[in-house]
Amino acid sequence: MTETKWSVDESLIRDFSTANNEPEWLLNVRLDAFKKAEDLPLPKPDKTKIDKWNFTEFGAHNVQSAPFNALSALPEAAQAVIGEENDTQNVYVQRNNTPSILKLSDELKEAGVIFTDFATAAKEHSDLFQKYFMQQVVKADEHKLTALHAALVNGGIFLYVPKNVEIKEPVQAVFIHDDAQAALFNHVIVAAEANSSVTYVENYISTVKTEQGVANIVTEVIAGDNAQISYGAVDTLTENVTTYVNRRGITAPNARIEWSLGIMNDGNTVSENVTNLIGDGSYADTKMVVVGRGKQSMNFTTKVVHFGKHTEGYILKHGVMKDEAKSIFNGIGKIEHGASKSNAEQESRVLMLSEKARGDANPILLIDEDDVTAGHAASVGRVDPLQLYYLMSRGISQQEAERLVIHGFLAPVVNKLPIENVKKQLTGVIERKVRQ
Amino acid sequence: MSQSTLTIKDLHVAIDGKEILKGVNLEIKGGEFHAIMGPNGTGKSTLSSAIMGHPKYEVTQGTITLDGEDVLEMEVDERARAGLFLAMQYPSEITGVTNAEFLRSAVNARREEGDEISLMKFIRQMDGNMDLLEMDQDMAQRYLNEGFSGGEKKRNEILQLMTIEPKIAILDEIDSGLDIDALKVVSKGINKMRGEDFGCLMITHYQRLLNYITPDHVHVMMQGKIVKSGGAELAERLEAEGYDWIKQELGIEDETVQ
Ligand SMILES: Nc1ncnc2c1ncn2[C@@H]1O[C@H](COP(=O)(O)OP(=O)(O)OP(=O)(O)O)[C@@H](O)[C@H]1O
Ligand SMILES: [Mg+2]
Repeated sequence: MTETKWSVDESLIRDFSTANNEPEWLLNVRLDAFKKAEDLPLPKPDKTKIDKWNFTEFGAHNVQSAPFNALSALPEAAQAVIGEENDTQNVYVQRNNTPSILKLSDELKEAGVIFTDFATAAKEHSDLFQKYFMQQVVKADEHKLTALHAALVNGGIFLYVPKNVEIKEPVQAVFIHDDAQAALFNHVIVAAEANSSVTYVENYISTVKTEQGVANIVTEVIAGDNAQISYGAVDTLTENVTTYVNRRGITAPNARIEWSLGIMNDGNTVSENVTNLIGDGSYADTKMVVVGRGKQSMNFTTKVVHFGKHTEGYILKHGVMKDEAKSIFNGIGKIEHGASKSNAEQESRVLMLSEKARGDANPILLIDEDDVTAGHAASVGRVDPLQLYYLMSRGISQQEAERLVIHGFLAPVVNKLPIENVKKQLTGVIERKVRQ
Repeated sequence: MSQSTLTIKDLHVAIDGKEILKGVNLEIKGGEFHAIMGPNGTGKSTLSSAIMGHPKYEVTQGTITLDGEDVLEMEVDERARAGLFLAMQYPSEITGVTNAEFLRSAVNARREEGDEISLMKFIRQMDGNMDLLEMDQDMAQRYLNEGFSGGEKKRNEILQLMTIEPKIAILDEIDSGLDIDALKVVSKGINKMRGEDFGCLMITHYQRLLNYITPDHVHVMMQGKIVKSGGAELAERLEAEGYDWIKQELGIEDETVQ
C-alpha cells in the first residue's frame, strides 16, 4: 500500500459505491477499512512467507463485461458445471465483475429465499445484509487482506434461506474470469435460518491468462439453530492470479456445516477455512482436495474451533504436488474451555510426485478442556516408484500411471464428498490439472 | 500374429553395485513353456526383474532382445507393449484405483487414442476371465491388490495375463501361497494361453505346478547362472532328490549369489 503508483484511492471507492447506489453504511465500511488497510499487517499463514506476494497489483478494480444472454452462451467449462438449462435451476453467473445471469425458481422466491448479486443485496436488502456483512463471522480489521477486501469488494452473492425452508437442489454460483484486467473481490454470504437446509456450490473458472491478477475472496456462512449448510467450491483460477480465499462459518446450536473444497488454482494461494462451532451440539466437516503444479506455492489452513458443548469437528485433506509446487497443510482443532464432550478429528496427507515438489502437513490440536476426544493423522511422502513400475509393467505409460496414482490418492476424499455435483466436477478438474 | 523369440545373452545384472546375475543365457520362443528352478537367493527374481526393467536393477553386461529388438533400450511400459509380461512375486498395492479401472487402462494403453475398448466389451471380457479364475465379481471394484490375500493377488496377476495376452510371459512363483484348488484354477488360466503365439517362463520351487503345466524345458539356477538344463524329467528328479546331486556334479559348495 506504500506504492505511490497504486491506482486505487478513496475517490475510486466513492465513485464505485455511488455508481452502484450503495447504502451509506456500506460506503462507510469501505472507507473505514481502506484507511485501516494501510497500517494493518498481512496475515501470517504458518510456514509460508507471503510478504512478497502480489495482493494489490491488478489491471482494474472494475471491468465492465458484456453479460451472457443465456446459459448456452457460457464458456464450455462453465456449462459443464451447470448442466442443461431447466426451470427449477437456481444459478448465478458473474462475468468478471458483472452480474450476468440469475435464476431463482418461483418456488424458492415464494418461500422467501433471497438469492442475489452483491450490489443488489446491498441496495434492496440493506438492513438484512448489513446484519451479516463482515459483522459476525469475518471482520474487516483482522488484517490487511480482509481490510482490502471490505474496501474493494466488487462482486459476489447473498443467499438467504428463511426458517424451516429446505432447499433440495443445489444452488450454484459460477464466477467466470475471462478478462485479464479483472480483479476479483467477491464476497459470499450464505445465511440459513433455524431448521432450514441448503447446498451451495461455487466455481471459479479462468478462461484467460493474465500477467498479474488478484483474487481476494471472503465467504461468510451463518448456520442458525439446527440448520444444515453444505458448501462446495471448486476453484480453478489461472497461473498469475494471487488468491487469498477465506471461507468461514459459524454455527448456532445443533447446526451443521459441511465444506467440500477442491482448490485447483494454478497461482499462489492462501486458503483459510475456519468453522467456529458456537452452539452446543453443532457439527463441522471439512473435506478438501488439492493439486499443485508448476512453481506455485500454496498454504491451506483448515481450522475448527469448538466453543459449544458436544460439538464435533472433522477435517480430511489430501493434496498432490507435482513439478516444483509447494504446499503447507495446516490443520487446527481447537477446543475451548467449557466445550466438554466435544470431538476434534483431522487427517492430512500429501503426496509428492517429483523430486522438487514440496509438501508439509502440520496437525495441531489445542485443547483447553479435559472431557473431550481428539485425534490426528498426517503423512507426507513421495510416490512409490514400485507402484509406478508395477503399473508400467502392464504397458501403462508413466504419465498415465502417475494419473492413476494421483486419482487413487485423492479418491478416499473425493468419494466421500457429500455433494454429487462437486464430486463429478473434481474428477474432471483433477484430470485436466494432472494431464498438462 | 507370429511366433516371438526372447533372447537373453550373457546377462550380468547388479543391484546397489552388487553383481547378482553372472552371465545368463536363455532363449524362449512362442509356443514353448520353460521352468526355472533353483534354491532361494540364486537370482531367479533378479532375472525376471531385469527383463521387465525394474528401476533398481542395473544390467552391466549382455543383451536382451525380443524378435531382434533391443529390450534394454526400452522403458518399462514399452517393454510391456512390445509383448512382455511379468507376474510379480510381490505385486504392488495401489489404493484408490479399482482393479477394473487399472485393467482397462492396461488394455487401452495398447490401442490408439479414440479407439479405446468399449466399456461393455471390456466388462464382458473381464467377467469371463474372472469366472474362469473363480474370482468374486466384487474383486473388480476393489482397489488394486489392496487387502487381497496372497492367493487372490496371484489370481489377479493371471487375470491381467489373460486380459493383456502378451507374447512372452514370466511368472515368478505364481504357485506360492496357493491352495490346491487355487493352483488348479490358476493353471487352467495359464494353460488357456497356450498356443504358438505365447511363450512362458515359470519360476517355481515345486513340481506340483509342473504337474498341471508341463514344461518343455527346465533350467536350474545357482550362483546367478543357469547351471543345468533339461526336460520335464529334470524337475521330477529335483523334486525327488533336491539340489545336492547337481551341486556335487558341478562342484558347487554354496549355491547362493556371492
Ligand atoms: N536390494 C538388494 N540389495 C542387495 N542384495 C539384494 C537386493 N535385492 C536382492 N538382493 C540379493 O540378490 C540375490 C538374488 O535375489 P533374488 O530375489 O533374485 O533370488 P531368488 O532366486 O528369486 O530367490 P527366492 O527363491 O527366495 O525368491 C539374493 O542374495 C538377494 O539377497
Ligand atoms: Mg524370487
